[in-house]
Amino acid sequence: MNRHDEFIQTFTILGRDFSRAGSVSTEIKEILQEIGVPSSIIRRVAIASYEAEMNVVMYAQKGELTLTLNPETIKIEVEDEGQGIEDIELAMQEGYSTATEEMREMGFGAGMGLPNIKKNAHIFIITSSPGVGTYLKMIFYLDEERAA
Amino acid sequence: MEYFHTIRIDPDKCQGRMSCLRVCPTQAIRVRGGKARMLEDRCIDCGECITACKNGAIRPLTDPVGELTKFRYTIAIPTPALYAQFGQEILPGKILSGLRRLGFDDAYDLAYTCGEVSLVIQEYLRENKGPRPIISNVCPTVVRLIQVKYPSLVDHVTPIDIPREIAGREIKKKKAQQLGLKEKEIGAFYITPCPVKMLSIKQPAEKVKSHLDGAISIADIYGPLLSAMETLDKSEENNSLENICLLGLGWAIAGGIRRTLKLKNSLAVSGITEIIKVFEDIERGKLKHIDFIEAYSCPQGCVGGSLTVENLYISYNKILQLLETLEFEKIKACPDIVKIRRRYRSGYYFIEGKLKPRPLKPLYEDLSLAIQKKKEKEEIYARLPKIDCGVCGSPTCQAFAEDVVRGEAELTDCFAMIPEKFQELSQELIKLLKKTAQAFSSKIPKKQTLSKEKKRKK
Repeated sequence: MNRHDEFIQTFTILGRDFSRAGSVSTEIKEILQEIGVPSSIIRRVAIASYEAEMNVVMYAQKGELTLTLNPETIKIEVEDEGQGIEDIELAMQEGYSTATEEMREMGFGAGMGLPNIKKNAHIFIITSSPGVGTYLKMIFYLDEERAA
Repeated sequence: MEYFHTIRIDPDKCQGRMSCLRVCPTQAIRVRGGKARMLEDRCIDCGECITACKNGAIRPLTDPVGELTKFRYTIAIPTPALYAQFGQEILPGKILSGLRRLGFDDAYDLAYTCGEVSLVIQEYLRENKGPRPIISNVCPTVVRLIQVKYPSLVDHVTPIDIPREIAGREIKKKKAQQLGLKEKEIGAFYITPCPVKMLSIKQPAEKVKSHLDGAISIADIYGPLLSAMETLDKSEENNSLENICLLGLGWAIAGGIRRTLKLKNSLAVSGITEIIKVFEDIERGKLKHIDFIEAYSCPQGCVGGSLTVENLYISYNKILQLLETLEFEKIKACPDIVKIRRRYRSGYYFIEGKLKPRPLKPLYEDLSLAIQKKKEKEEIYARLPKIDCGVCGSPTCQAFAEDVVRGEAELTDCFAMIPEKFQELSQELIKLLKKTAQAFSSKIPKKQTLSKEKKRKK
């Protein structure tokens, strides 16, 4: 099912690599700008992909982010190898965080990551197996009216 | 739309050394045919290339002092950064008197309006519940950076007009009344620390027309002004601390607004690279707890402008010391807040137009075709050496791949493509040789045998 107008790119994210944290979401943003995606959508994607990227940096050994883009939708999938999430419902609550004191001191771990992704993506799916890893999928519609 | 720029590249002086190519933060320069060229829609007039060019081929555009003769009455409106260009003992009052002596009919203390606008910003921060952080619009390069590279942040930029514009508008109105002149007979000239302010006068980012009539560089006026100040009588000097507006003086340096307003949740950033880092964070939604951001493209703020004369750390320090003295002496000399609040409600301070994004041209207007172009671009990029050498005339291999896809460069402009090109050419050559050889084998060899036979006979 390889569409001629579908663009796919995969990025690797390393856990604990705080110095490069955010670079993948910046790259995604630049791709979307190049293609001419409306800036309101780019903003949503930038926030959600950054939060997803930071989750890998903070809680996993490594992860892969795949961007799939066609004229109708932007799909971002993130799969990581890491501790996973015990209770997804709890993790989805605003303010809930398992970040360590050290991470909080760095300005992370406000417990807004997953809620922020949910707020910005039009469709958001998350599955996790504790001790193995987490899988996130977010979809953004390029036509905002259809999304509403 | 055509964009006006205040940066000029002189092709006669340009030797294609490419220093400008590497420093440009928006990749707005290409070297083609050995000469630097500007991509007008990308340039934000930051002036990094002016400093980088060793040949002096890139020059800022400001108004020559001669422009003054076009008006019946002229007013100088100097940037507060001008106050930092002279020794500690020379205070703003004396500098303004010097400007009058120099030939301006009047000189206006812009710091006063800056102070007024500081208080307006305070009001706006209190009343506006819109997106945070709010970003200052004082630096035209920053405003253009947002329009071009961070279009989603346009709503964060304050809609309050810049002090120099408000001052120009009001002073012309007032003087016209006082002197019985028409407003267009009065010329208001900004004394500028950088070329980009000139641009914001010729082509404002938000509105159709500026209230100022031109900009004169500090560097151009510095020598004459210094001499003019020496000829002042003691009575004309006006060299006192009493009427310096503390809040307004802060506008000369990065961090001056937040310091004088005592804003806790605010940041002061200077230098394009640092600003980009902060804007990235805002786009990621990280800085929502920050109320206000002062951002200046020049290091340390306007005192670091490329048209200033004094070392920027010395001038930064002079402003800081003046601020400290005024704070210690409890001198404020700033406009009345009650009057400001009344004007604020009447819309007096707001920009006439609205700031609009000016995003970079996508690879193609149609999304589906743009995605195909993007794939093409990645295929080309995969073949490039990825060392960003710049020899092709584009700043990076990524930019080069894009230029090729857009049809603005040829793949063979890349040196790494030379072997491929050579292979292609040599194969053509071999084919050609074979053809000729065939042609020869049918005709010429007979002659050769003939001649050999002849030789043998001899």
